[in-house]
Amino acid sequence: MDDMTDGNTLLTIRDLRIEGLSGETWLPIINGVSLHLDRGEVLGLIGESGAGKSTLGLAGMGFTRDGCRITSGSISFDDIDLVAASPERKRSLLGRRIAYVAQSAAASFNPAHRLIDQHTEGPVLHGVSSREESRGDARSLYDRLRLPDPDNIGFRYPHQVSGGQLQRAMTAMAMSCRPDLIVFDEPTTALDVTTQIEVLAAIRDIVEQFDTAAIYITHDLAVVAQMADRIKVLLNGDEVEENDTRAMLSHPAEPYTRSLWAVRSFRRPEQPPTPAGTVPVISIRGVTAGYGADIDVLHDVSFDIHSGRTVAVVGESGSGKSTVARCITGLLPPRQGEIRFDDKVLPPGYRHRTRDQLRQVQMIYQMADTALNPKLRVRDIVGRPVQFYRGYRGTRLQERVEELLSQIELDPGQFINRLPSELSGGQKQRIGIARALAAEPRFIICDEVTSALDQLVAEGILKLLDRLQRELNLSYMFITHDLATVRAIADEVVVMKDGHVIELGAKTEMFSPPHHAYTDLLLSSVPEMDPDWLDRLLAQRGRENIGEAARLGIDRAVQRQSSL
Amino acid sequence: MGFLLYVALPLALLTGLAWTVRRVIAGSFQGQIGAAFRAMPMTAAFGLTVVSIYVIGALCAPVLAPYGESQVFDEFNLFPGENPAFVLGTDQLGRDLLTRLLYGGRNTIGIAFITTILAFLLGATLGFLAATLGGWLDQALSRAIDVLMAIPQLIFALLLITILGQSTLNMILVIAVLDSTRVFRLARAVGGTIIVMDYIEAARLRGEGLGYLIFREILPNAAAPLLAEFGLRFCFVFLLIAALSFLGIGIQPPLADWGTMVRELSIYIAYAEYGDWQAASLPLLPASAIALLTVAVNFVVDWMLDRHAGLKS
Amino acid sequence: MLLTDGNFMSRLIVMIAQRLALGVFTMFIVSIVIFAAIEALPGDFAQAILGQGATPEAVAAIRESLGMDRTAVERYFAWLGGAVTGDFGVSFSQLSFQSQYGQTGERDVVTVADQLGPRFANTIFLAATAAAVAVPLSLGLGILAALHRGTVLDRIANIGSLTSISSPEFFVAYLLILFLSAANPIFPSISKIHADLDFWQQVYRTVLPALTLTLVVTAHMMRMTRVAIINLLSSQYIEMARLKGVPRWRIIVHHALPNALAPIINVVALNLAYLVTGVVVVEVVFVYPGVGQLFVDAVKLRDMPTVQACCLIFAAAYILLNLTADVVSVLTNPRLRHPR
Repeated sequence: MDDMTDGNTLLTIRDLRIEGLSGETWLPIINGVSLHLDRGEVLGLIGESGAGKSTLGLAGMGFTRDGCRITSGSISFDDIDLVAASPERKRSLLGRRIAYVAQSAAASFNPAHRLIDQHTEGPVLHGVSSREESRGDARSLYDRLRLPDPDNIGFRYPHQVSGGQLQRAMTAMAMSCRPDLIVFDEPTTALDVTTQIEVLAAIRDIVEQFDTAAIYITHDLAVVAQMADRIKVLLNGDEVEENDTRAMLSHPAEPYTRSLWAVRSFRRPEQPPTPAGTVPVISIRGVTAGYGADIDVLHDVSFDIHSGRTVAVVGESGSGKSTVARCITGLLPPRQGEIRFDDKVLPPGYRHRTRDQLRQVQMIYQMADTALNPKLRVRDIVGRPVQFYRGYRGTRLQERVEELLSQIELDPGQFINRLPSELSGGQKQRIGIARALAAEPRFIICDEVTSALDQLVAEGILKLLDRLQRELNLSYMFITHDLATVRAIADEVVVMKDGHVIELGAKTEMFSPPHHAYTDLLLSSVPEMDPDWLDRLLAQRGRENIGEAARLGIDRAVQRQSSL
Repeated sequence: MGFLLYVALPLALLTGLAWTVRRVIAGSFQGQIGAAFRAMPMTAAFGLTVVSIYVIGALCAPVLAPYGESQVFDEFNLFPGENPAFVLGTDQLGRDLLTRLLYGGRNTIGIAFITTILAFLLGATLGFLAATLGGWLDQALSRAIDVLMAIPQLIFALLLITILGQSTLNMILVIAVLDSTRVFRLARAVGGTIIVMDYIEAARLRGEGLGYLIFREILPNAAAPLLAEFGLRFCFVFLLIAALSFLGIGIQPPLADWGTMVRELSIYIAYAEYGDWQAASLPLLPASAIALLTVAVNFVVDWMLDRHAGLKS
Repeated sequence: MLLTDGNFMSRLIVMIAQRLALGVFTMFIVSIVIFAAIEALPGDFAQAILGQGATPEAVAAIRESLGMDRTAVERYFAWLGGAVTGDFGVSFSQLSFQSQYGQTGERDVVTVADQLGPRFANTIFLAATAAAVAVPLSLGLGILAALHRGTVLDRIANIGSLTSISSPEFFVAYLLILFLSAANPIFPSISKIHADLDFWQQVYRTVLPALTLTLVVTAHMMRMTRVAIINLLSSQYIEMARLKGVPRWRIIVHHALPNALAPIINVVALNLAYLVTGVVVVEVVFVYPGVGQLFVDAVKLRDMPTVQACCLIFAAAYILLNLTADVVSVLTNPRLRHPR
């Protein structure tokens, strides 16, 4: 790589090593990564958690977080040595020539100031423009980023604006000095799919319009495929490989990259439809429920789950999908309607259910960290339900726990005495599964069980759940916002929005048109591993028919229908 | 200058001892415990050493003290050094001051410890119950505690002692009840953050009873913050008891205690005018004994809280 | 569209009114608790006041003057009505004196209010002097320690403040007396304050007690300020400001301070409330003629009207300070000031 004489080079990082303080010792975060970025180019940094992508991205700004230090290597931005530069020199670059867009816009805007005042702070401080000029520019940027009411939205405080809008306002703020480089640190990870797409489109357009170079950090392959010219893959602070986006997607060279690419290929063989007249394991009938005095979160929800089948409940945040789970388990007694198990009505509150009724319905949680008691050993976590429901003790209990651990593919001898803190994320989730299995249930609710996990690990969990289902004839209710997971594992799909069931049916039907307008929006908003996907979609649907605008349109249509 | 030497020398000795203690403990334990002690800051080692010395002193006071707690001699108001039989002199009744100091420590620390335990039993039980059961019980308890906490603790203690009458037992009960309000707040808050965890939900949905939830699921996770709080509460109770005794409404004679000693010896302070520093610093002896223990406990708690925060991140 | 509509102003007013109402209600409950104390006093009042060997006439006189013939509720409202208008009744020691030697003319009756009045002013003076020094000092030190977190300066401040917090007030007080009064007679060890003194003489005699309080409170306040600032500086919007190239001073003044107001005001109010309690011991050490000393004497004599009056005053000060903190933190919270 000869980048010294090339006038087009913007950023060069060479053999960078960064360490982080963990307790009393310094541990390596980045072990000698190099990076090259031309003017106007977008580089995607991709990797699983702990890969060091954020640290590397920030290092590209000459910035290290507290508790981190650069031990060797060089960072050169437009021939300025950022490692050796004085704090004053770096400060004159930050905001003016290098800008940053953070993952959580809600936390990154100062709650005490209006958006536009935070926007104009940089340009005024760096002497780029006057406050008035900068305000006018802010309005035009808001307009370009398709924020509603661009003339006035800047006069709001951060907490008065929605997440997707804040993220675009932050992108506008990053653009305020027309920097040469913007570092985007997972800007859409916290957003719903339908919101994500309009933020992605807005970011891409504005970066293209001003020919800004960017480092785009994400763990989502399909997202980076839309945004980046080149992709660099990181693993545990090391570079795995780097290539042009198209080449990387079609011909990944390294085994690790290939395994990442292959994740989304897992498909469970679909089961034949249940014959009519079979009694479902769980039947939700006309459930209306809510938390406050009179606000309903669920409205007349009904669907069935049959023996040995998986029903995926899909929806964005606030759709009420987790509330359905709380109604089934009895944590939230419904206001109206009933839950039937094997055609027998379950008492609405869990306190009134018999031990056997409780045993039959088990739960697996999203956050394995909070799902396992950190002070109990695996032996007790998995053993307690066995002891509680079956009354086993001593060697009999021990044998059963070992059997369960073998079922979830963990070596009993190695794991039985561990604490949750001594397990990896995937192992914790497996223990969560073992705890559910220990009750010998017929029905298990899986609440976003894979969304906190890295993709490779998540695939392992899905395969395990599939195997257990076939071996033990379990029924699953799979709550998820990730349509790839739905494709992989579901037999039937229930689409929810604002507490209503919008559409339900077999998976094959759901994934082929015609759909309900909302299902269509949801499905089309899921990024695909094709660099042309976003362009094609925008061409097909038009910019007015994605994200917030599209959802509002659907809401209006639904209201019109229901008022007829 | 001589006075400063009196202060600096014991502190230096204690620090040296603390350093040695840390080395010895760190060396004799393998693995996690050893590592924890090796990483222990000097302040915590100092605190731990001082606390150990106090505990030993309090437990062995009858052995260490040259005379009985209330033994009265004919020589009263002896100055320090005046008679080699009474190193620190005697008080206005003719009791050996060194003996009174040792027993005073035993009584003050012991009573503060018992009071703190009572406060914890009461406060933590109610706090965890409120957090686990919620509903009207939580509301009722929390509002009652709010009212109790709306009156400053020392003031409320004085009021209640007026009503119940001045006695050591009354003081213990009053302070235990008043201090349990703070413990309640903490236990409820800590319990509240644990109760929303998914593993508690899993246990509830399993059909587990209240006892299992509190003792097996909540308590092990609340132990670290509660232990740190115990240290802080002990300091507070210890200081409050010393203050009450100093005011003459705390620990009652004939029990020896440090707060009362400070008040009774305070007249000696005027001797500094005549250059008799030994006599003048007499009231500071029990006073600094109180301060030193509180500082030591605070150092240890500070370290525990740091470690706890470190575990979380 | 923007936030100038009157709707949110009125909501803010409602919110503050709620807080105030809660404060008044708490005060009411506290007054009931304090009044109930006298009812809980075991045995006969009159006996308690006069001790054994009182003449039956004296006992009868006291019973009447205490209004024992009325119900507790009636007596409570009579007492509360008096307290609100500054009439706390006559102290037991006075009652005892009168009933045994007869009323010696209107002028000689010293009410609790007469005793409390000048002492209350003295106590306020002492607390205000201590606060005037402690608040700016501790805020400055706390912010300084937070900005230089992890340095030697921070460690020294940590050890120093921890030591200061751990020391009982009387330890600090006697140390000061030993060095600044007994060994080097700079300040008086006994604070004789009376109305004839001019302002500077009064200040001069208040130095040692005020210094004692300042030392203890400053340490507390400094530590809490430090933690509040450190929590704030670790928030993401501060990192964002740094990444925008905002200079350090501007980050503190423009980005941290507006959000730090609420926690800092809380810290100040909490510590001023603590000052209220600390006053009691310090006044006793320095024989400072304030409410605290009167209170302790009354407790020893079990002089209920005086104890009740002192309790009420201390509790009111405490509640008022906490209420102020509460209201101010509502006023400085942008989420509450600018609702959606």
